[in-house]
Amino acid sequence: MKIGFFGGIYNNYLALEAAITDATARGAERLYCLGDLGAFGPHPDRVFPLLDEHNISCVQGNYDNSIGNDLQDCQCGYTDPRDNEFAQISYEYTYENTSQANRDWMRQLPPEIRFEVYGTRVLLCHGSPRKTNEFLWESATSTHFLNRLADEAEADLILGTHTGIHWQRELSGGRRFVNVGVLGRPENDGATNVWYTLIDFDWSGQGGTELGEYSVEFVPLAYDHERLAREMRDENLPDEFVETVLTGWWTTCLEVLPGKERRTGRF
Amino acid sequence: MSTAAQTQSPNCPTVPLSSLDELWFQVAGTRCNLECSHCFISCSPHNDKFGYLSLKTVRRYLDESVEQGVREYYFTGGEPFLNKEMVSILEAALEYGPATVLTNATVFKREWIERLRAAEDASTFCLEFRVSIDGPNSETNDPIRGEGTFERAVRGVGMLVEEGFLPIITMTRVWDDGDDQRVLAEFRSILAEHGYTRPRLKILPRLKIGAEAERTEGYGQFERITHEMMEDFDVSDLVCNHSRVVTDKGVAVCPILLDTPAAILSETLADSKRDFPLAYGACFTCYQFGAICTNPTSKPMEK
Ligand code: SF4
Ligand code: SF4
Ligand SMILES: [Fe+2]
Repeated sequence: MKIGFFGGIYNNYLALEAAITDATARGAERLYCLGDLGAFGPHPDRVFPLLDEHNISCVQGNYDNSIGNDLQDCQCGYTDPRDNEFAQISYEYTYENTSQANRDWMRQLPPEIRFEVYGTRVLLCHGSPRKTNEFLWESATSTHFLNRLADEAEADLILGTHTGIHWQRELSGGRRFVNVGVLGRPENDGATNVWYTLIDFDWSGQGGTELGEYSVEFVPLAYDHERLAREMRDENLPDEFVETVLTGWWTTCLEVLPGKERRTGRF
Repeated sequence: MSTAAQTQSPNCPTVPLSSLDELWFQVAGTRCNLECSHCFISCSPHNDKFGYLSLKTVRRYLDESVEQGVREYYFTGGEPFLNKEMVSILEAALEYGPATVLTNATVFKREWIERLRAAEDASTFCLEFRVSIDGPNSETNDPIRGEGTFERAVRGVGMLVEEGFLPIITMTRVWDDGDDQRVLAEFRSILAEHGYTRPRLKILPRLKIGAEAERTEGYGQFERITHEMMEDFDVSDLVCNHSRVVTDKGVAVCPILLDTPAAILSETLADSKRDFPLAYGACFTCYQFGAICTNPTSKPMEK
């Protein structure tokens, strides 16, 4: 059975639409979103009907927690003044353009979703299992730390998002951590596509093993990014954000990137 | 050492070690080639209160850190690169997880930095350099850190950048808060001249203990954390809630309070996992400014 997992949407309803079509065409039977519906892009309210129509269950991201609870900022925790300034522009835009009903809906989203597939205990969270806004970067997270998180969370397969760059690591006892990437913006690699994750769960039932097997596929997704850029300009969102959509390079909120991930970007 | 840092109030709040996320190594003890006036543990070429850690000792604690599920490692002193085994220590750490080294960048050898770059390339994990400089020119920096240290540190930064690292430049705020933007702009232009065109800059508040207490006024009698102050406060803002530091005298509660005998907790990491009283002046700064020494992985959530 194939399941599709979407990371942060950041108002990018065009990428969400494309991802739903793509995942469904590849045989995904169920779809989940790991939170951060708002930020960065245009027209926040266009995301919700798509989630609703396609029965996409959502985890609450830090952004959804902030918008849903009428907080002052997105809780990404930037300390750099320039990062904060840009983060605040998207936050205020998103807050003002999200209907009361959608804000109420975001407030009640769960911090995690758990289910079991063929004996594999799957845990969906936003940042880490213990904290919605914890950044787990590939180069800044030891494997034994992830093992501890998996022990504490009693899960075999942990899926998260929040950083904006997909990666995965095999853990002890056949367990695994997967950052599913984000649909909201490209990955700071000079390409305009975004990413989501498909997991194919398989019940082999052979060799007397109790657990089923699964394979993880990171899917690069093209979408109408030029249209997104046009709409962002029409909404007077900053040129720096538009540039990211059109070039694939991050221009803001770079402070939280570890050196290794930052080095491969342009800024 | 200031007497204020030693005074204990009888009934102060305590902090548990909720999760051992960051493990610090006092690799150079209190030895430093510099003698900065604001140094919070009064390091100098002659301060041998704490000694070097050997590669062997570091490895023993790295091994123990695996069962503790430590997320990342920090290396500090004094000046870590006075430790003859420093490059090997960082190479070892990168086999276990991400490493950050806090340095004054004045004693680098090209060959060390090349080896470290190769080690980082071979590892899944990141090696971060945090370089402390106190102001965007010799006029601001040198009176605090010593004659000629600005020029030497900026050259050290240049060497890191040439080898492909993106060092984080930390500045203790020795100017008025309102001057932050001007100071940052001046910093950017001088670093650009040394080839660092996208610098990562971070301003730190001053800690009024050690040499810094003599430079300014130390903590007042009443600058202590009270029980009332802990209500609605997220303790994860405090380093001692999620870190420990390995010294040649044992495992200590945090890298800030080393001058206080009670800060040394145990021989092993496992035994260091107990509550600690927030009885010290420096605790008050942590309370106000949060975990200023670590790399950001998250801030407290409000709900
Ligand atoms: S502040 Fe750093 S560089 Fe200065 S004396 Fe202390 S340890 Fe050495
Ligand atoms: S100085 Fe800060 S980190 Fe150290 S024990 Fe006090 S509050 Fe904790
Ligand atoms: Fe997030």
